[in-house]
Amino acid sequence: MAIDEPVVPLRRERVGRRMSWEMVIGLEIHVQLRTAEKLFCSDETVFGAAPNSRVCPVCLGLPGALPVLNGEAVDLAIVAALGLDCQVHEVSVFARKSYFYPDLPKGYQITQFSEPLATEGTVLVDSEGAVHPIRIRRIHMEEDAGKSIHDRISGSTAVDLNRAGVPLVEIVTEPDLRSPTQARTFLQELKRTLEYLDVSDCNMEEGSLRVDANVSLWPEGAEEYGVKTEVKNLNSFSAVERSVVAEAKRQTAILEAGGEIVQETLLWDERDGTLRSMRSKEESHDYRYFPDPDLPPLRIDPERIRQLQAELPELPAQRLMRLMEEHDLDGNDVEVLIASRSLADYFEALAEIVGEAKAAANWVRGPLLKETNRVQRSVDDLAIRPASLAELIGLVEDGTVSGTMGRKVLGKMVDSGKTAREIIETEGLSQVQDSDELNAWVDAVIEENSDEVERYRSGETRLIGYFVGQTMKKSQGRADPKALSALLRGRLDE
Amino acid sequence: MTDIASMAEAVRDGGVDAAEPARTAVARLHEQNEGAQGLNAFLAALSNAEAAALEVPRDGGRIPGVPIAVKDNMATLEFPTTCGSKILEGYRSPYEATVVQRLRQEGAVIVGKTNLDEFAMGSSTENSAYGPVRNPRDLARVPGGSSGGSAAAVAAGIVPAALGSDTGGSVRQPASFCGVVGLKPTYGRVSRYGLVAFASSLDQVGMFGGTVADAAELLQVVAGHDARDSTSVDRPVPEFSEGRDAGAEGLVVGVPAEYFGDASEPGVKARCQAALAALETNGAHIREVSLPHTEYALSAYYVIATAEASSNLARFDGVRYGLRDSAGEDLGEMYERTRTAGFGREVKRRILLGTFALTAGYHDQYYGRAQSVRGLVSGDFAIVFAGGVDVLFTPTSPTVAFPLGARVQDPLQMYLADVFTVTANLAGLPAISVPIGTSDGLPVGGQLIAPQWGETALFRAAFALEEALAGENSDG
Repeated sequence: MAIDEPVVPLRRERVGRRMSWEMVIGLEIHVQLRTAEKLFCSDETVFGAAPNSRVCPVCLGLPGALPVLNGEAVDLAIVAALGLDCQVHEVSVFARKSYFYPDLPKGYQITQFSEPLATEGTVLVDSEGAVHPIRIRRIHMEEDAGKSIHDRISGSTAVDLNRAGVPLVEIVTEPDLRSPTQARTFLQELKRTLEYLDVSDCNMEEGSLRVDANVSLWPEGAEEYGVKTEVKNLNSFSAVERSVVAEAKRQTAILEAGGEIVQETLLWDERDGTLRSMRSKEESHDYRYFPDPDLPPLRIDPERIRQLQAELPELPAQRLMRLMEEHDLDGNDVEVLIASRSLADYFEALAEIVGEAKAAANWVRGPLLKETNRVQRSVDDLAIRPASLAELIGLVEDGTVSGTMGRKVLGKMVDSGKTAREIIETEGLSQVQDSDELNAWVDAVIEENSDEVERYRSGETRLIGYFVGQTMKKSQGRADPKALSALLRGRLDE
Repeated sequence: MTDIASMAEAVRDGGVDAAEPARTAVARLHEQNEGAQGLNAFLAALSNAEAAALEVPRDGGRIPGVPIAVKDNMATLEFPTTCGSKILEGYRSPYEATVVQRLRQEGAVIVGKTNLDEFAMGSSTENSAYGPVRNPRDLARVPGGSSGGSAAAVAAGIVPAALGSDTGGSVRQPASFCGVVGLKPTYGRVSRYGLVAFASSLDQVGMFGGTVADAAELLQVVAGHDARDSTSVDRPVPEFSEGRDAGAEGLVVGVPAEYFGDASEPGVKARCQAALAALETNGAHIREVSLPHTEYALSAYYVIATAEASSNLARFDGVRYGLRDSAGEDLGEMYERTRTAGFGREVKRRILLGTFALTAGYHDQYYGRAQSVRGLVSGDFAIVFAGGVDVLFTPTSPTVAFPLGARVQDPLQMYLADVFTVTANLAGLPAISVPIGTSDGLPVGGQLIAPQWGETALFRAAFALEEALAGENSDG
């Protein structure tokens, strides 16, 4: 094609000079909206129900059944669009996207095509030392398909239509991302924003957030995008990152060998980290889009948009500023606290009960997050609600247990679901200040460490820490370190 | 005692056993439907034994005990819903169409499901997988279509009224061929929930009646907003026969020149002229008007209708219900074999046409242009009605009923049967076909078209036309 002529020789020349390629990445993200009912009928949208138990004539595509739009889904989609700084259109149009597949009951998917709900948004991504504005091209509403299950009945494909008709928004970015890391950071930021907006549970394992990546390469400084490929089946952020790296590597190898990229769809295999071709452009579907005659254009009252804008939940950046100001906390500390909406909510509830934001922040940032990492659960899934953590913090503050012991107790609380007080009482973990008991441990330590006592007394006073440690060990962490240190000094300085 | 009002009254007053009208209808149905020269108007019906066992409450709604027939493309619980297609042979819907529910709520007895062109695609009811319907007025001729079974059931006196569906004339044209009244309401007036879609933006449930009053009464029963159909409109339902006694005095009847060219048979034209003359005699003002984009309407209609049909019929894929031919190797073959075996020629033709019209690269040229024409056709009507015309009068069909088999090999000739009726569907307007006499012994229908939501005005004119022609039985 004539259009390629100026580009091709230029590329060859650059290849000779070991030119470097820059990645151009655009993402398409499907997000399941958090509604009670499906997009066009009133079946429940629960995950994990018995196959085909959440279906009706509408989502089964029975003859004569008709779709009726779920207003709650529209509101959530508008909130998502506003939260991503998009322009929400007062009129958008549902269209039919036609293809045959057993999990697509009507032979078409109801989606939005030429007139989407919203366009022209932005997400700011803080990555590799700079803030990048990533543009959102469009957000549209659509219904999900069912699930084809290939391994349930041998030799056959089973179809579960519980998911058919579940409401989604598809978020499409401009090709503004320039590295796999940036793509990942963008997705994390997007997910966090959607969680703050409370429009989706964004649960990737359950498929509430699914990503396809469009990848192309261009020589640095080029003005025309290269041929892109689409990578599908990305079920985690790390899959996005790894698959994009693999695809860029594949494309680089082809281009540097003087070959051309074929526009195609590739499937990522998470287990062996490889890509395989699904279909090329020639085999690509003609979806024969046309406006769905069963659904009038979606008209949104501008007043409704203004109202939802005014009621928009607080976004991460706003929460950061507020928490810094309200609680006089350090920006870096707050960044950790607002990593997810649930964590930030947890922190605020805890700070309220404890009355001391700094202590609450330290406990959440340190011990609590350590526990969530250890058991691999989100803060919402832990048995410990803010009130029970507040009780533990109180017991540390009043000296009933030491800080170190407090952290141990927290782990026991996570594992057993018992309260701090129950654990401390039944296991006898409260801090010992009683001098008889303390003296007994100190006596034993002095007796067992005669060499160190000698050195201390000849001037090596920094060994005090060693003695404290030994005594704490002997007390199994129960000795009050302050009382202990005074006692030890007294005895060693005798 | 064959009209709805007198039947309902007799039941309510206790003059007859409440199940008697239904039993009589079922008995007639079985007498006339079956056998080599039978009408073949019904695909499923209550048996005489079932009819004998019927228990009908006397005070059950607006039309207690009145037997009604329903076109077999509307979902019913007690009869299969086949759409006249092999692909839905024996298919039973687990839910009921809104119109059927409303009939039942008002006391009607649904005596059976009527034969139709497969998926309502056709103008003669010869495209049914279950054989053609005969015209009760001449058994060698077609009843028109696609709602030929319902038209024949009313014309044969089996039921006083029946439901059909009208996408491009499928109620009005068979009404015209069978000599009964056929109404297509304003798009959105009657719920489509449970009507198996042919072309969603054009489909509307319609009514057949032996008289204008019966068609109005049936509309009264089923009309009104339905939250399950997003295209049904939430607005008050007027008393449709309000203008029953208003007569023709002062009525402004527009006569569009484009509908009175060479397309129509002389006998049809003559009956139309006579009908207009009778209206004028009774005080109507006849005014010639122009609907300049009429000549493009039929092509636009067939592009839009087939495009929507190609998508609406995608669900018949052998996966969840209906016919499945799984003798092939893989999924692709299952689809191909199922749809090849399940759909008839005309349905396949329209799916292919519609698929083509929506294909990337041709979409704007066909579907896009057809939508533009649709806008122009609607605009023509709006201008005429804004100019003070109450209703328009046209022939319903350019011909009287043609012989069985005469047009089956010539789809384009068949499509021309809809030339006067598709415009009301494109514009979403209410329109009615009223018998206006016969030509060589075969019924001729005159079509009245009113503005959107103007059913009351439409019926007023239809009553006036019926009255003006009463007693006249002239043959042109």
